[in-house]
Amino acid sequence: MIAKLKGMYGSGIDPLTYAGQNHMMVDSSLIPEILQVLRNEEQFDYCVDITALHYPQREKQFDVIWVLYSFPRNERIRVKTQIADGATLPSSVPIWIGANWLEREVYDMFGIKFDGHPDMKRILLPDGWKGHPLRKDYGILQQDNEWVQINLGIESGQ
Amino acid sequence: MTDIQTPHSHLDLETHEKPFLDANELVINMGPQHPATHGVLRVILRLDGEKVLGLECVIGYLHRGVEKIGEHRTYTMFNPYVDRMDYVAAVSNGLGYCETVEKLLHVEAPPRAQHVRVILTELNRIASHQLWLGTHALDIGAITPLFYTFRDREEILKIYEKYCGARLTTHAFRIGGLQYETYTGFEKEVKNFLDFFRPKIDEYEELLTTNRIWVERTKGVGIISAEDCIAYGVTGPVLRASGVKWDLRKAQPYANYKNFDFEIPIGENGDTYDRYLVRMAEMRQSVRIIEQALAALPEGPIMAKVPKVMKPPVGEVYHSIEAPKGELGYFIVSDGSTQPYRVRVRPPSFVNLQALDEMCRGELVADVIAVIGTLDIVLGEVDR
Repeated sequence: MIAKLKGMYGSGIDPLTYAGQNHMMVDSSLIPEILQVLRNEEQFDYCVDITALHYPQREKQFDVIWVLYSFPRNERIRVKTQIADGATLPSSVPIWIGANWLEREVYDMFGIKFDGHPDMKRILLPDGWKGHPLRKDYGILQQDNEWVQINLGIESGQ
Repeated sequence: MTDIQTPHSHLDLETHEKPFLDANELVINMGPQHPATHGVLRVILRLDGEKVLGLECVIGYLHRGVEKIGEHRTYTMFNPYVDRMDYVAAVSNGLGYCETVEKLLHVEAPPRAQHVRVILTELNRIASHQLWLGTHALDIGAITPLFYTFRDREEILKIYEKYCGARLTTHAFRIGGLQYETYTGFEKEVKNFLDFFRPKIDEYEELLTTNRIWVERTKGVGIISAEDCIAYGVTGPVLRASGVKWDLRKAQPYANYKNFDFEIPIGENGDTYDRYLVRMAEMRQSVRIIEQALAALPEGPIMAKVPKVMKPPVGEVYHSIEAPKGELGYFIVSDGSTQPYRVRVRPPSFVNLQALDEMCRGELVADVIAVIGTLDIVLGEVDR
């Protein structure tokens, strides 16, 4: 299947395998199409997870990862793409409705926005929170200074 | 914490049929401090009389930043933290985490460790389902099952306590196997428990299965179709009650589940009653698995050869297990150092809770309680 996709999209896809698990690097411009094809033609009907990775030294700072599973094929695949800070990705809620909260969590934790998402706002953290905690440059003590002291009136939560 | 939020877009835009009662639309708040939300879940309900037109969940009250903590701890140090997510099924959490790191390290736990892991994890599934049954029934108005299930769950917790010293957040497994050999009399005690427990499931069923109030409160309530389950990513007993015969223990076997003979119970209607039946049947299957694992418990080492200072090679692994609530996945990225570059937890409760809106729409307010109960969420896992 990956070979077939590779044939269709050429250099935009880079198939990889690690520890027996398939994943593919996809150019971010191809993402909407690839996800659509995986859902409709390759039967990946279950969006298991959407998450991201932060590499602050890189020019394209973020990896966004979709973990997909197909019930008919009993197969998993991970789709991975790189985007720059501030860039957006199209929302996959129209493809898998369950992507809603997962994308919100990615936004909450990394600050990556998804275009066309029905309700793009924070999910786990309060609306007034500053910063996105799972970015590598977000210090673990930052919330002590910016949240705990102001809102809870105590010196330190640590 | 936050300012009170007004209900958001998808609630307002809903077009719906004629008013159910001739009443004005009403927005009411439920929780976060509400005994029937099983923790600190806040639900904003939009109602037409007693009928639910839509709802929105507000979560995050229990957020502790587990994934961030993971990046600042070594692989071994992070192990006890995972127990605190789904704290009623801590052993399952630990199994998923240990297996994922083992995959990164390219090691496998020895057979004896695998067997003990299966025994403890299945006991945990029973304990989790017992707690679910007691509290779910209590929410709907049946008080007695709570005493029955907690009395019997105690026996499982005693086994845990004897095995590793803790009852709930057990930290029972280590990366590479087990830290402790089973105590003297472990096998006998587990066997005694199974003999004790088998008739207890019948007792629970006697209380509820044909109980008229129970049936009226659960049959046809909170229906979700198999297609919707898959679209929302709902897994576990909820998915199976909608008729999808899918269980990771069979679909993509981990630990050594492929050696055991058991069935995947499924339902037909995807309503609260079927989810109840599926979980009851699952407890019976767990008993079967434990029996087989006890009978075939091999001798041998309990720990694979793993380095004291763990530095998994650069790479990334997604591994998931069938936790009592559904697919529990870990996505761990290693950069070759002693600490994971990223630990992502894919919690079943978080994803399952998303379907609450779909399941409650058109039901009555009192049924929202039943549906929250039947989803079997643990807020520690939803918020992490």
